[in-house]
Amino acid sequence: MVLTGALSGCSGVQSVFNAQGEASTHLRSLIFSIVGVCTLVWFLVVLMMFAALIRRRSAEGAHDGEGGKRRITIAISAALAATVVIITGFTIASFLTTRSIGDGEQADVTIEVHAHQWWWQFIYLNTDGSQGFVTANELHIPVGKKVRLILKADDVIHSFWVPSLAGKQDLIPGRPNSLVLDAGKPGVFRGQCAEFCGLQHSHMSFFVVVDTGADFVKWQDVQRSDAPGSAAADALAGKAIFMEKPCAACHAIRGTEARGIAGPDLTHVGSRRTIGAGLLENTRGSLAAWIADPQTLKPGNNMPNVPLTSDELLRVSAYLESLK
Amino acid sequence: MASIPHKNHLALIVSCLVVAASSAALGWLRTPRQYRTDPPIMSALEHYRLMPNKISGAPPEVYFAIGKPYELTAYDMSQGKRLYSWFGCASCHGDGRGANGPSFIDGWWIYGPSMVSIVASIHDGRPHGMPSFSDKMTIDEIWQLAGYVKALGAYSPSLSAPQRNDEKHTRPAENRGPAAILFEQGPTDKNVNRGPSP
Repeated sequence: MVLTGALSGCSGVQSVFNAQGEASTHLRSLIFSIVGVCTLVWFLVVLMMFAALIRRRSAEGAHDGEGGKRRITIAISAALAATVVIITGFTIASFLTTRSIGDGEQADVTIEVHAHQWWWQFIYLNTDGSQGFVTANELHIPVGKKVRLILKADDVIHSFWVPSLAGKQDLIPGRPNSLVLDAGKPGVFRGQCAEFCGLQHSHMSFFVVVDTGADFVKWQDVQRSDAPGSAAADALAGKAIFMEKPCAACHAIRGTEARGIAGPDLTHVGSRRTIGAGLLENTRGSLAAWIADPQTLKPGNNMPNVPLTSDELLRVSAYLESLK
Repeated sequence: MASIPHKNHLALIVSCLVVAASSAALGWLRTPRQYRTDPPIMSALEHYRLMPNKISGAPPEVYFAIGKPYELTAYDMSQGKRLYSWFGCASCHGDGRGANGPSFIDGWWIYGPSMVSIVASIHDGRPHGMPSFSDKMTIDEIWQLAGYVKALGAYSPSLSAPQRNDEKHTRPAENRGPAAILFEQGPTDKNVNRGPSP
C-alpha cells in the first residue's frame, strides 16, 4: 500500500522515473544502479548481523587463538576493500554519466532561457544567433533534436529542472549556463524552478512540449508571426483598453504598440496551456481572474492590480484569449 | 578546566541564548510586506494636493493612515528600485546623478524633496521633458517609485534599504544618504523655479 502510494507519483508529467530524454535516461540508470548496489550491500550486512546473532557461541577461548585473529583480520580487510571498490566505482560511473550529458556544440535549436521572479522567458534564436521570437512559460522543442538552452537569470539564482528530460541546472545572474535537451518521444513534461528564489518559488513552473518535427515547424511559424487580428467586437474593444491602460507598459504584443519589457510577451498568450507560470489553466475566466487580482492569486508577484471596470475586464480577457 | 561549566560561563551561555532569541523575535516582527493595496486605498492615493506653484503639498489622509509605507519599508523601496529600471528612468536620470534629466543627488530639487512633489512629477509629468506615467503605472507603483527616488536624494542615512545592486556600484548605496555625500554647492541659482535648498 505504502509502496503503491509512494510510486504513484513516478509516472506523471514531472518525474525522474519517467525519463524521456537522453540525459535523463542516463541519470535514471545511474540512480537505479546506485540504489541496486546499495540495497544488495544492505542485505548482506543485515544477513551477516543475523548470522552473528544466531550463531551458537563456540567453546570458550575460540577467538583468542592465532587462527581466530587471522580470520577476523581477513574479514575486516575484505569488507574495507569492497567498500573502497564500490565507492570508487560509483564515483567513476557518476563522473562519466555527468560528463557525457550537456555536450551541445552542434545543437539544432538554440534557445535563451531567462528566469525572472517568478516566470520563465524563452527567446528562440535564429541559426545565425540573432533573436527570433520571444515567448513565456511554455517551451516547445522538436523530438529527437539536440536543443541547447542558454540559461540566464536577471534577478536572483533560479534552477531549470525538467526531471523527465534532463538534470537540474542553475541560472545565475551574470554567468550564462548551458543545458542540452534531447527528447526521445513527443509529449508534455512539467518543469519547475528547483532553487528557492523567493516568495512565489513554488509557482514558478513551466511546460515543455515535445513536438514532432512537422508540428514544431508549424508552431514556430505561428509564434514568429505578429499577433492575430480579431474581428470580434469584444476583442477589438479589449485591445484598445489594453493599449491605453498600464498593461502595454510592461507587456509586449508584437504587431501592436505594446512594447513593454518588464512582463511576459503576450503575442500568442491564447495558445499557451497555462497562465501565471503554471498557476492556472488558460481559459478566458482564469485570464479575467488573474487580471482582476493578481496579488491575491500569486501574492508578491510583480504584476500590479490594475483598476478596471467589469466591462473592461471582460473585453481585455476576450482580447487576450483571441491571441492564439 | 573542569567539565562542569563555571557559573560565569553559564551566565554567558544564557545571555547568548537570550540575545539570539530576541533577535529572532525582532526578525519575526519586521515590517510586514503589503503586496496587495486595497482598491479603495489605491483610489484614495490618487488624491494628493499640490500647492498652486506645483511644488510640494499635502498627501492624501490615507497615506498617513497606512503608515507611510512607501518611504519607510524596504520592500516598497526595492519594488521602487525595480520600477526605476523597468520604466527607463535611467535613460534620462542615469544612476540618480542625472544625464539628460536632472540629478537626484546633487542637493537640488527643482520641485522640492517632498513625496507629493515627486509623486506629482511622475504621475503628471513636468515641463522640459518629464513625461507623465499615469497611463503606464498604477498609482501604488508611482508611490513606490517616488519613495525610492526620495531615498536616493536623501541627506541622511536611513535604516531601511532597497536591494543591493548586482552590478558594480557607481554611487553610494541608497540607504547611506548619497545626496549628503555627493552634494554639490554649484554656482549661484539661476533657476527661479527651484524649490527650497537644503
